[in-house]
Order: sequence, then C-alpha cells, then structure tokens
Amino acid sequence: MREPSPRRLPTGVAAAAGVLLIIPVLALLIVPLYAKKGPQLWGFPFFYWYQFLWVFLASGFTYSAYVLIGRARRGER
Amino acid sequence: MSTTIAAGTKVDGVALSVLLFFFVLVTVGGFLAAKWRRPESMHSLDEWGLGGRGFGTIVTWFLLGGDLYTAYTFVAVPAAMFATGAVSGFFAVPYTIVVYPLIFIFMPRMWSVAHRHGYVTPADFVRGRYGSRGLSLAVAVTGLIATMPYIALQLVGIQAVLDTLGLGGTGNRFIKDLPLFIAFAVLAAYTYSSGLRAPALIAFVKDTLIYLVIVVAIIYVGVKIGFGDMFHAAEAKMATKTKTGAATGAFIPNDKTYWAYSSLAFGSALALFMYPHSMTAVLAGRSRNVIRRNAAILPVYSLMLGLLALLGFAAIAAKTNVIGSDGKPNAQLAVPHFFHDAFPSWFAGVAFAAIAIGALVPAAIMSIAASNLFTRNIYREFFKPDATPKQEAQVSKIVSLVVKFGALLFVLTLDKQNAINFQLLGGVWILQTIVAIVAGLYTRWFHRWALLTGWAVGMTYGTVMAYQQKSAATAHFGGSLAKFPFSHTTVYIGFSALVVNLVVSVVLTFVLRAFNAPVGADATSPEDYYSDSEGPAVRVLGTEGGLAEPGVARA
Repeated sequence: MREPSPRRLPTGVAAAAGVLLIIPVLALLIVPLYAKKGPQLWGFPFFYWYQFLWVFLASGFTYSAYVLIGRARRGER
Repeated sequence: MSTTIAAGTKVDGVALSVLLFFFVLVTVGGFLAAKWRRPESMHSLDEWGLGGRGFGTIVTWFLLGGDLYTAYTFVAVPAAMFATGAVSGFFAVPYTIVVYPLIFIFMPRMWSVAHRHGYVTPADFVRGRYGSRGLSLAVAVTGLIATMPYIALQLVGIQAVLDTLGLGGTGNRFIKDLPLFIAFAVLAAYTYSSGLRAPALIAFVKDTLIYLVIVVAIIYVGVKIGFGDMFHAAEAKMATKTKTGAATGAFIPNDKTYWAYSSLAFGSALALFMYPHSMTAVLAGRSRNVIRRNAAILPVYSLMLGLLALLGFAAIAAKTNVIGSDGKPNAQLAVPHFFHDAFPSWFAGVAFAAIAIGALVPAAIMSIAASNLFTRNIYREFFKPDATPKQEAQVSKIVSLVVKFGALLFVLTLDKQNAINFQLLGGVWILQTIVAIVAGLYTRWFHRWALLTGWAVGMTYGTVMAYQQKSAATAHFGGSLAKFPFSHTTVYIGFSALVVNLVVSVVLTFVLRAFNAPVGADATSPEDYYSDSEGPAVRVLGTEGGLAEPGVARA
C-alpha cells in the first residue's frame, strides 16, 4: 500500500493533536497540582500515584493524537 | 566457585555465575547481530551506524528504551531517592513522560529531513539547514563532550554491581579493574563488527531482565515491607534534620521547590532527545509513524523507572547498608545492596545482570553516535571532504573503539565524582544546541551567527553556574539547581542557560538582520520536513552549500 508523501496537516487536526499532547505536559509540569500527601491509594501518597497514573494517561493522549493524525492523512485520499 | 580475590572480600559465586551466563549470552548475540537483516555491505554509516535505517516499531521500542533508560539511571535515580528524596530523584518520572509528547512533535520532522538528505547526526542537519560550518562544529563538539562522560557513567553502574558482588575490593588495582576492562573490551569488539544492530538485539535481553526484576521486586516490597510502611520510613528519613539544621531531603516538593522539580523535569526532557544517541535511535527507524507510535508506547518504561526509583525508598525502609567494599558509604550501592540482602543469590545475579547489560546497550549506542559525529562533522567536514561511505564507516568504527577506551580510562584514572560532574554539565551543555536544532526544524528566521553566539553564551553561563554550586560533599558542581537570573526562584541551571541562550539568539538575529548579514545557504526545502519513507531518499554526499534555491534561505 503506497501512501503519498504526507503534507501539512489541516489546521483543525493539528490544533486538536497539539491540545492532546500539551495536556500531559501541563499536568506534570504544574507541580502544585499534585504536590500533596492525600488522598492516598494503597499506601501511595497522592504525589506518587498521580504521577504513576499519568504514565498511562500520557500514553493514551499521545496515542489519540497519533490516531487523529493518521485518520486525517487517510481522509485526504 | 566461591573464591576470594582480595583479602577480606568474599565473592558471591552463585550471583557471579548468573551474571557471567547472561554476559556470555549477550556477547554471542552481539557478534551474531551483524548477520541480522544482513545488508549487502556493512561499509557505510547508514548500515553500521544506523542499522540500515530500517527498524520497525518493536525493534525501535526496545532500542530507544534500551538507549534512554541507562544503567546509570537504574543506579543513580534510586540512589538519589535513597539519599535526598523526591526533588533530586523522582523528577525522573515526569521527565520521562513529558519527553514523549515532545518527541512526537519534533522528531518526525527531524526524521524526514534526515531521510531526504542522508543526515546521520544532528550536526549534519545544522550544516545543511544553515550552511554554517562553525555552527555545525559547535553542535558536533557539544554532542561529543556531553556524550563522553555519559558513557563513562555507564561504567559507574557496572562498578556498583561488581562492588556488591565482592569484586571491587581494595586488593590489587589491576585485578580489581580487570572485570570492567574485559566487559568493555568485549563490548567494543562486537560494536566494532555489528554496529547499531548489536545494541538493538541485546536490548531485548536487557529489557526482559529489567521487567522481570522490577515486577518481582515490587511484589516483594508490597508483601514484605508494605507500601504504606515504605513511604512512612522515607518520609521520616527526609524530615530528619542534618548537622546544618536543614532537612535531609524532600518527601514531597514544597512551594520553594515547585519550580526546581518542574524545571528539572522539563529541562531534562528537552535535553534527552537532543543527545546524539537518542537521535541515532530515532533516525534508525523505518518511517515517521514508527517514531510516533513509539512516542505513545515508550512511557511503559517510565512506569518501570518510577517503580525502580521507589526501590530507593524500599532500601530506606529495609535499612539497607550502603557501605562499599572500600569502607565508605555510597548511595549508588542502595539498589544493588538491596537486591543482595533481600533475595537469594541467583535472583540477585539476575538483577545484577539486568543492570550490567543495561549499561552495555546505551554505552554501545552512545559510542556509535559519538563516532558518527566525529566522522561526519569533523573528519569529513574539515579533513577529508571527499571521503567515501566505506571510509566513513571505517573511521567511525575506529573512533568507537577510541571513545570507549577513553571512557574507561576516564573512570579508572580520575575520581568518579568527575564523571558525575561532567554528566551534570553534559545535560546543561546539550540543551544549548536545542535552539539551533529545534527552531531550525520550523524556521530559518534565526541567524546562524546569532545562534552561535547564543550557544557560546549559554554554554559559558551554564558551566560557570554549575561550577559555583557548593554542597556538603563538594566545593564545586554540588548540584544542578541555582537561582534563576534576577530572581530568588531556584531552577535547573540548564533551563536558565537555555533561556539566556534564546534571548541572545533572538536579540542578535534582529540586529544581524537589520544589518543584512549574510544568512548562508539552506540545502533543505519545506516539503523535506514532511516526506515519508515512500518518498525518494536522496543521499547527498558532497558538501551541500550552493544547492539551495535563493528564496528558501530567507523563508
């Protein structure tokens, strides 16, 4: 299956993908959001389990951006 | 099997045998890797240095994972958690999460333009984009001096393991260093013959072992210590006052360290994908989508890194003794000693093998990346512009040997603290190449002379600031945090230096443009930044100045 060379993405898609990618960055770089002890989960203080949770969420957000861009590219043809 | 090497040091024979078994296994794999997806000829940098630019999603995942999460991380992050807690250690988790959206955005463009023009190193790109040999040399030299101590630090990881096994004793200097020497000689030999294919193959073994070890260790901590008790022990230790009256460390960052925590995470994330070795692993991918898919699945490694970091706290709760065989306390021994105390010898051996092999994979990729930089951006650029691909590959192979033995000498002859200082500086330095490279992926607005000046100012500022930091242990290079210019907020030095660099670059670009200083030729065209593997790959071997259309340079 030969794909033509992708060109610049439609602005709407690029903006949506950008938002999906910036959310995990902000969620982790705004430290006061999560630098606290409670509520605890399985003995983990909030500060620790929040960051572990974002391992999975960041992966999900990035994958969504990937799917979004992939669909936009296929839709062009 | 149980023998004594130096008087008073007991060697753990079972653990050592397990370690040796895995070492032999990866050595065989490393040499056989040359036959993997066998190319017609190994005699070019595309084949030797980039594995034929054909790695798919899975191989790239193991390669990048093996590359970015190094043995030093496995040893140093828990060590930092053990010694001073979250701000100096746990920032590695947000750091290695935040890096993937950044890779997702920037690296496909880098991959495309590199694919179109046959670029092997970041400095190749800078050379083509700005038509500036000076800026390209600056980027290449920064990459080299930032990578060398990083390779040396992989040895520190292996040393921590050997010391725990009882091979690090205070006996004969030659015998003490022999295991490290043999390990690196073998590594150098198979990297020489197989190139990037060797670490790509070995990374499978490394990651399987690491995942196995971490899962077992976390179950152990949960059952035997309990997570609640582990965190309580860590919190108590961090709150304990030291002789100076300050707290030992941070259990959770407070309002004075918010910026430190986030600037360390963000600055390190920006630095990580500017390192030549991450670029090498990215450019070895088969297509843009391989990179994007990997940005989505690589965070799995950050989960592992986070769990590993918690073992530093587990070592606090388990009251792990970190006295080395030289009789001095050393936090780097926290994780190896924890495994040694908590698990049977054979499993400790598996854990040690994971750390040691975890050192070999990145050391191999880093030495390949460093040799590619030397070959492309110093040897060909300044000494032999008409070098053939075969000559390039040959020079790179030899340089990869020189680089590894240089790192070995560095660790064996100088104080270990020097390697750690240089690695700290390396992160600050490599960040200074980001303006030229990342901005260059999007715009030619910046002037090459402004970028070069900004780089020089950032390098100087970062080095001086890092030098001035005192700590309880050292008079200089005591840490990576300092006050942001004109403020009282403590942030990561690399981040401040990058801001200084950016300001200088912007201001000078305005000035130079006002005086119409020559902007240099741009060998790339806008569509190069979108092209995918299906498009024609153009290998441009000669110097690229003069190929540009006049209009593009000012675009």
